[in-house]
Amino acid sequence: MPKHQIDPNKWVSLYSDYLFNFTISRVNNRDLAKDLVQDTFFAGLKSMKNFKGAASERTWLVSILKRKIIDHYRKINSKKGKAEVRMSYNSDSETEGDWLEERVADPYDKTAEDTLENEELGNAIYNCLSKLPEKQAEVFRKKTIEGLDTETICNELNITASNLWVIIHRARTAMAACMEKNWF
Amino acid sequence: MSKENNIKTACHNANHVCDKTQYKEATLLEKIKLTLHLIYCRACRKYTSNNQKLTKVVKKSKVECMNSKEKKSLETNLTEAIKERQY
Repeated sequence: MPKHQIDPNKWVSLYSDYLFNFTISRVNNRDLAKDLVQDTFFAGLKSMKNFKGAASERTWLVSILKRKIIDHYRKINSKKGKAEVRMSYNSDSETEGDWLEERVADPYDKTAEDTLENEELGNAIYNCLSKLPEKQAEVFRKKTIEGLDTETICNELNITASNLWVIIHRARTAMAACMEKNWF
Repeated sequence: MSKENNIKTACHNANHVCDKTQYKEATLLEKIKLTLHLIYCRACRKYTSNNQKLTKVVKKSKVECMNSKEKKSLETNLTEAIKERQY
């Protein structure tokens, strides 16, 4: 089995979206997620020589990222945990039953299962996206996920509108086939 | 021959409009034409349903990605760090 090679120059274009999506489902803050991804890349760079090539590059980066996220939560907890005032509604029997509606589960709140499924779905989408040719993936991502205008993308990538629609069409066909196979 | 070509362009157009519809960029007339086409064309019906499924799934998953500006800054930071390590 050939060993996995490591090439930090391609990290951003190959993995940043996947890692970003992975992070944002856990920390729920764009700026913070960006910082964590960047920290991950730096840490990966630092410990490149420890990479044995047993796992794929992405798996390795994800394992670093997981540690970074845990570290982040540890940090905010140690600062905040001391200052936080914890309120408990039924500490004594006198006020029992007062705040009842606040203790009922919110039906519109996402359950853990939903979140989990959403996250897996996001990962599946990025897996499929990474199988597309680079140009198609880029256009599809910009158009569908970022929701940019046709015109903006055309200007950015220097292509005509009809060219863009052809690329979108190919990308969508490939994506639909891939998702059909892996998700539905 | 010409008839075959006609059918081909019709489907081509229909798919194009269908793609546009996914991003809410098709005009009303185009949408009506697409619907009429879908009545008799099974292949395009299939494509349309797949396409709608894909849109729904992407919407539901709420995937997010960094925009190009954020990515660029990330990339420059990383290349700088790579350079630093080499020298």
